[in-house]
Amino acid sequence: MASRAGSDIEFHDQRRAAEHESFLTYKRMRWAKLATLLSIVVIVGYLLIDQEPRPNGGSWYGYTLGTIGLLQIAWLSVLGIRKRKITEGHWSLKAWVSAHVYLGLSVLVIGTLHTGFQFGMNVHTLAWLLMVLVILSGVYGVAVYAILPRKLSDNRKEMTRSQMIDALAAIDRQLESAAQPLERAEADLVVAALKQDVFAAGVFSRLTGRYFNCATRRALKGFPEDYQQPGGEEGRPEDRVRSLLRRRTNQLAQIRRQMRFKALIDIWLFVHIPATVALLAALFAHVVSVFYYW
Amino acid sequence: MAFLIRTIDHTAAGREIVRERTIEQPNFTIGRASENAIHLPDLAIEQHHVEVRQDTDGNLSLEAIGTLGFRIDGRNADFAKIDPSHGAELQLGSAILTFAAEPGGTTGITVRKVETDEAKSDAVRGFALDSALTSKRAISWITSLIILIALLAVPVYSHLARDRVAPDADEPGQVLLDSAWSTGPLSLAHRGLADNCEACHVDAFVSVRDETCLTCHAELGEHAPPPRLAGGRAPFSYGDALQWQVAEFFGKEGPGACTTCHTEHEGPTRMEPASQKFCADCHSKLDTRLTDTSIGNASDFGELHPQFRPAFYTKFGQEKPVRMSLADNLKEENGLKFPHDLHLNRTGGVARMATKLGKQAGYGAPLECSNCHTEDANGIGFKPVEMETACENCHSLVFDRVGGIFRKLPHGDVDQARANLLAMDRTPRKPLVTGRRRPGMFAKGEAYFSNFGPPRPELAGTNQPLGPGGVCRECHLPANIGGRPDVVPIKIPDRYLFHGYFDHAAHDQEKCSSCHKAGTSSSSSDLLLPGIAVCRDCHLGEDAIRAEVPSNCAMCHSYHTPSGPAPLDHPRDRRDFTAMINPLRLRNGE
Repeated sequence: MASRAGSDIEFHDQRRAAEHESFLTYKRMRWAKLATLLSIVVIVGYLLIDQEPRPNGGSWYGYTLGTIGLLQIAWLSVLGIRKRKITEGHWSLKAWVSAHVYLGLSVLVIGTLHTGFQFGMNVHTLAWLLMVLVILSGVYGVAVYAILPRKLSDNRKEMTRSQMIDALAAIDRQLESAAQPLERAEADLVVAALKQDVFAAGVFSRLTGRYFNCATRRALKGFPEDYQQPGGEEGRPEDRVRSLLRRRTNQLAQIRRQMRFKALIDIWLFVHIPATVALLAALFAHVVSVFYYW
Repeated sequence: MAFLIRTIDHTAAGREIVRERTIEQPNFTIGRASENAIHLPDLAIEQHHVEVRQDTDGNLSLEAIGTLGFRIDGRNADFAKIDPSHGAELQLGSAILTFAAEPGGTTGITVRKVETDEAKSDAVRGFALDSALTSKRAISWITSLIILIALLAVPVYSHLARDRVAPDADEPGQVLLDSAWSTGPLSLAHRGLADNCEACHVDAFVSVRDETCLTCHAELGEHAPPPRLAGGRAPFSYGDALQWQVAEFFGKEGPGACTTCHTEHEGPTRMEPASQKFCADCHSKLDTRLTDTSIGNASDFGELHPQFRPAFYTKFGQEKPVRMSLADNLKEENGLKFPHDLHLNRTGGVARMATKLGKQAGYGAPLECSNCHTEDANGIGFKPVEMETACENCHSLVFDRVGGIFRKLPHGDVDQARANLLAMDRTPRKPLVTGRRRPGMFAKGEAYFSNFGPPRPELAGTNQPLGPGGVCRECHLPANIGGRPDVVPIKIPDRYLFHGYFDHAAHDQEKCSSCHKAGTSSSSSDLLLPGIAVCRDCHLGEDAIRAEVPSNCAMCHSYHTPSGPAPLDHPRDRRDFTAMINPLRLRNGE
């Protein structure tokens, strides 16, 4: 078994020494080429075959495209299971993801040609729409994975998420004690800011980074800068609170940016996965209904 | 410079104990060792961990003096400057030291233990979008179930549970939500069935059957008997054969089924007439497969189409018309004497007679074809020529005059004519009034004329019209039927060409003589039908570029009624009646 162990070491050394290769460019875009070829072949076939009275999912070419598309979709949706088993080599997950992305794009061509461009208010067009939704959300997913992780990392400024929360908590604790001498109305502003959970944000706020109901911002407005009243050496409590609220605002902004990038990265999966499952259901209804009313 | 150290502890019951002391020195250290000004008994803290220095500007510098850093305001650092008036929070191990300015220039340092925050790992999760959305699994389940129930389970259940009724285009179907299964709008002919899917899709997983189509299209003619149809069909290409194998595996009825040509759900269209190739596939070499067929090969009207073969009578007494090719210079024996040339001559006696009869009689000029041949209701063909309207204005059958009334022989009924003649008393007798003639009503042939002679039929006179020189012989040939003189029965077919569909109205712009050479025909035995060559002056095949009228097979032929009187699905204008809905149903206003 010595030789086996040796070759394993060799393999892993080689693997570690290799430059990182993205799933998009895996094996010099082998799957991109294959998917493009497949798409071109089916488009040429669609254009050359004269289907009377008009191209239709129910012609022999339509059924062929439908069968190919269905098999592809079934295979593509298995990625959800496959990705939980990480393997290397010929059947590496990277190969699988690369094929998933490019073959998934070719399904857009095959599925659309399968419709013969006949759309209506029916389960068949519903399946097509869900397919388009899945593919477009997938394209979005690939795009954000290429762009957003860098921004996410830049925004962290070498802090972990838990440190961001700690930092906010530290500011909050100081804010609480600094606010002790304040009058009722001003204290209420601070209490409102402290009570508002930064993670209670909804989907809209998370995706856009707009928080119309931000209690911290409102509180800060309640402590306007007042140069007419210089405080003592230790500073007026209002000044301390203002300064703390500003720090809180900055810390909130970082957390919210983090949440926003995370949401932009995560959101596609909330479309991609449920739409895929719904697509499988719609495809089942599509196929069964076609044969039921054969 | 002084620091007010406030240590907060909790009793077991949770009550806070606050101890205060003051350090009167500008610099001090914090650590685990007891000699530190602030002594924190925590193993995570070094003996001498942080040194706090008072700067000249009033700020405090915090520096890690051991190997470990510290956390200030949530960030890790080895060195930090803080402004006591703004405050800061230093975290060392489990202790939190809060710096804040106190009245009197002192800096307060509150020391307390960190409350263990077990919710923190949950809080980190708050960064992810999951925390703000329903789980993907839930969304997936809900949408899938909605789709499967509404678009699959409901239609399937209501289809299986429905009452079987005869298809009715006026009634909505019983199956719920199956409109979501429709792959597209129905053709115009079937649009009434749009809400009644089960009218055609009768059984689950069974393709639409011919028998279902025939429940409405019961009167539809067969193109040919099924064995002949199967025998005559061109052999499939490999691709088509494979396709049919697959189709039949999935339960399709086969290439002869209605649905093979009549595809549905292709939008609100009418079915296009079959292409020339559709017919030519079988008919271009039909004789090689159906060796006994009498039908000539045809693939293109301009290039390969047999000469027309009209059906007509070639001999007197023939029971059925015979079909013969126009190529054979045919003679028709219809029993009539009618020289077209004589009647159409612009200058002869006939022309003079017509002119003399005048416009009020419907003439006034030399005869035209239309004086005798009138179009039928839809202009496609002509009504049979009737003696009474077409001939009798000149060829009178009047044999007597009583007062102002002319008595005439009935046409078409020899026995009746003979009886009329018998009833006429022609016996010569002595005039009632002799000598001086009385005027007016008492003369022979007038109202008060009375014949007092003995009744004596003159048998010779009754047969005179049928005899040589008689009025019947002007147009008819003599015959002896049942031992009595008679005429040869006229046998002119209503249609000569009944496998094709010729529309005279479509040829309005042509003169009759363009196709029918009646002006030079001196005998009624001339068959005045034009041959295929005449048609080909204008009509050539579907793809003929030179043709004035490129013509496909469907222009004259119908697939379903090859021997019908007039194909109802002729592409020109009869499309509303496509495919022969059961006429009984049509009559009932359905």
